[in-house]
Amino acid sequence: MTYETVIGLEVHVELSTASKIFCGCPVTYGQEPNTKCCPVCTGLPGALPVLNKNVVEYALRTCLAVNCEISRITRFDRKNYFYPDLPKAYQISQLYQPIGRNGWLDIEVNGTKRRVRIHELHMEEDAGKLMHDPWEDQTLVDYNRCGVPLLEIVSEPDLRSAEEALTYLEQLRGILQFIGVSDCRMEEGSLRADVNVSVRPAGSNEFGTRTEMKNMNSFKAIGRAIEKESLRQIELLNEGGRVIQETRRWDENKDASFPMRSKEDAHDYRYFPDPDLTAVHVSEDWIDQVRRELPELPADRRKRYIGELGLSDYEAQIVTGHPVISGLFEDVYDLTKLAKDTASWIMGEYLQLLKDKNCGPENLSLSAEDLAAVVSMTAEGKVNRVTARKVLAAVIEDGVKPQTYIEQHGLAMVSDASLLEDTVRRVLAENPQSIEDYKNGKKKAAGFLVGQAMRALGGKADPQLLGSIINRQLSEA
Amino acid sequence: MDLLKQTAGGVGLLLADRKISSVELTADILKMTEERDEVLGCLITVDKANAMKQAQAADDLLADVGTGSLLTGVPMVVKDNISTAGIRTTCGSRMLEKYIPPYSASVYSRLQKIGAVMTGKSNLDEFAMGSTCETSALRLTRNPWDHKRVPGGSSGGSAAAVAGGLAWYALGSDTGGSIRQPAGYCGLTGLKPTYGAVSRYGLIAYASSLDQIGPMAQDAADCALVFSAAAGPDKRDSTCVQDVSGSLRAGLDKLNRDVEIVLSGGSVDKISLKGLKIAVPAVWREHALQPEIADVLEKTIKKLETAGAICSECDLPLLDESIPAYYLIASAEASGNLSRYDGVQYGSRTQAADVSDLADFYSRTRAEYLGPEVKRRIMLGTFALSSGYYDAWYLKAQRVRRLIKDYYQSLLADYDYILGPITPATAPEIGTSLEDPLTMYLSDIYTVAANLTGLPALALPCGFDKNNLPIGLQLTGRAYQDADLLRTGMAWQRETDYHLRVQQIRQLGPAEGNTNLFAGGGNEKIHQSLTGVAL
Repeated sequence: MTYETVIGLEVHVELSTASKIFCGCPVTYGQEPNTKCCPVCTGLPGALPVLNKNVVEYALRTCLAVNCEISRITRFDRKNYFYPDLPKAYQISQLYQPIGRNGWLDIEVNGTKRRVRIHELHMEEDAGKLMHDPWEDQTLVDYNRCGVPLLEIVSEPDLRSAEEALTYLEQLRGILQFIGVSDCRMEEGSLRADVNVSVRPAGSNEFGTRTEMKNMNSFKAIGRAIEKESLRQIELLNEGGRVIQETRRWDENKDASFPMRSKEDAHDYRYFPDPDLTAVHVSEDWIDQVRRELPELPADRRKRYIGELGLSDYEAQIVTGHPVISGLFEDVYDLTKLAKDTASWIMGEYLQLLKDKNCGPENLSLSAEDLAAVVSMTAEGKVNRVTARKVLAAVIEDGVKPQTYIEQHGLAMVSDASLLEDTVRRVLAENPQSIEDYKNGKKKAAGFLVGQAMRALGGKADPQLLGSIINRQLSEA
Repeated sequence: MDLLKQTAGGVGLLLADRKISSVELTADILKMTEERDEVLGCLITVDKANAMKQAQAADDLLADVGTGSLLTGVPMVVKDNISTAGIRTTCGSRMLEKYIPPYSASVYSRLQKIGAVMTGKSNLDEFAMGSTCETSALRLTRNPWDHKRVPGGSSGGSAAAVAGGLAWYALGSDTGGSIRQPAGYCGLTGLKPTYGAVSRYGLIAYASSLDQIGPMAQDAADCALVFSAAAGPDKRDSTCVQDVSGSLRAGLDKLNRDVEIVLSGGSVDKISLKGLKIAVPAVWREHALQPEIADVLEKTIKKLETAGAICSECDLPLLDESIPAYYLIASAEASGNLSRYDGVQYGSRTQAADVSDLADFYSRTRAEYLGPEVKRRIMLGTFALSSGYYDAWYLKAQRVRRLIKDYYQSLLADYDYILGPITPATAPEIGTSLEDPLTMYLSDIYTVAANLTGLPALALPCGFDKNNLPIGLQLTGRAYQDADLLRTGMAWQRETDYHLRVQQIRQLGPAEGNTNLFAGGGNEKIHQSLTGVAL
């Protein structure tokens, strides 16, 4: 029997607001444990939460970007469970009136478009972090992350393969980065996903029993986990077994998942409205204002690049892959009006630099002006691309201006026709054999002569001009 | 000490006139506390050093003319569920027996700013759950009017401290009657303010949507002074609303000025009962009231009418539903609020050597350090919220709450106040209430509505029973009209002298006039038999 895999994703994303969701503590990462917390986020007796309005604003931005209906009155609920990283023993979240519902995102895999529906979008607080010390056999708690604002974006079970799931995630990440609500650094845990997987006979309309893998924080692991889990379920069914509803833990090293807890010992979270927080009223004006301030989304940008700037699908995809890269493309294009050349530089030299330096686009200091200068010089034939690459490297390493560097190192291409004429004449005089070969039909000899002349000029000759001069002198010789 | 006859405002006036100093007064009251509190059991913690430091600061403030208030330098106590930085805050529980908060409740900070002097933290039912102060795991508090009786609860330590002459006023908290009922049992005046008038930041939560901090004192004028200092918006409490219309603050400022005039011997004509429309729900007569309380209430109505008030009978539907609705909502919220006491971050932690896993660690810690009444309510609340029961219990209780709220609102559109008793009976004897929790819960029947509706309610002395125990009346007013309510209380106390009787109690030493002082054995023995915990 052929089976179809059905996947739903619950994406948790940490918002990059300056302060936490219910107190004034800063949102940070990698600080000394328990230095960025206060009575509110550590849940000391008597402390009360006060909602950070920016979190609602970020949530509204996201609702609009993923086409959600926005609740005009939204509330917070308490989700009760005991765990050492949860100091109040309840998480303030949203169950009964989440801020967003019924959204969607269009994805495209192998040329097929698919609309992935978004069930809901809600705000909540993050928990702390446990650190296990195997040497001392003890567990320590770091509360710095407690109260960091999170959005949870819950998809409908509309995804059908690991590839679709990853495309959806990439698209979602791009949007979240573009609208500036999160840096989505998976390695720092600021984007995590709970993955729900089930399988069913192809063509069936009913869903199979699903399992859940929680807190996955790499695309690679998510893709692999989906593939392995659907295989496991299919094998189980083929052997006449039954899938049981359970939470499983994905072990990246073992490349396999293991049962954690079944439905029977699932928590009863006893949600109820948090009496410490009042309802949030979202006005039409507020929504309009957020909508006006929303930047162009990556999908719209891609459409514009293909339609108006003549980029290919692939080029458009790459230059809109990250908000910093996309911003750079926009700015360089504005300065040069050279869409194709700019795209070529970004996809080539720029991405290579990121790879070589093993850093993210936000960490590479390169101004649009400098890159624009390099792109223009090359396009105008003032330098050749090999030289231009050296210039770019120097700009990044030493912070010099491209123009200054070229002048200081005498790298500008020689376009002085009389100098080129003289040099070619001398090279021809030194290589009578080559002239002979050329006249006997060995056209390759011309290439050799170009190389000799280029070497004599220190590699800075305008190659086109040099070629035409050599051809003319050869024909006259 | 002659000054014990004075009210907080009266002592405040003497301090402001520099006739006495706060340092002397505080030293005297600390000595008095030492003599009396062994028997009365009002305070869980006495912090002499803190009190003397605050007294000195108060004297400094008073030396600078015009910077003090009438409460500056007046010794008081704070219920031990209100956080005080650096001073242990136990909630009367073994769970928090050693917990020292690193921050102060907003209300305490506000009082500190005007030069309040706190001598100690007062006893309460564990986590404010109880009506007698007997569920406290740390102390047994006696009613200064009759030492074999309870002071009421949960703010019983606060009430006994004021009635017993250990303080001129106290802060209490009221979730279902916890200020008004002990005020009634101890012949005091106590205000449960409008929900949202006083910040809850730092008040260790029992039931967040019902809890409210308020004053307890000898008369309504003192309550006005304390409430005025405590009330006001707080950006740390989302439910402590911005006073949008400014009416609460404006009313309080005016009331404060009037209180000062009255204290200085002047007269204010706006303090009057004339023309007030008062609703008296007939249904209260049908409930099992102690006969003397019913008599006293009838006399009270007559007195009010003689003074020019217009009292009319009215309906009060849903009275019987109010108790189950209250206990479901309060317990549900409590089950969440008290989950944090798990032994991980602070507070007590099981010392058992054979803890098997995390769940075992949690349940042992909570089993060992929480008392039976607290466990009962946590279990009730956990049940009411559990999957499959939420709609039938919690949600239904919230609907009842809404109906009660709507009815009170409609009643207060036609009347200025709703009059009623505080409790079905006067203070019971120690050891007679805990065996039957349901009866204890039912005794809250007259007080819970103010919490469910959020309306302000004032407890005022209005008579005595055959044992000379105080009986109180309760006036419920309109939301944010707390100042008017207090003004009416002052008017009632201008017409009557029931509130003055406590002066005699305050002047009595612990052994004087109390023949039944050690009935039932010593405090430790009684406490152990009540709670199963040895002191």
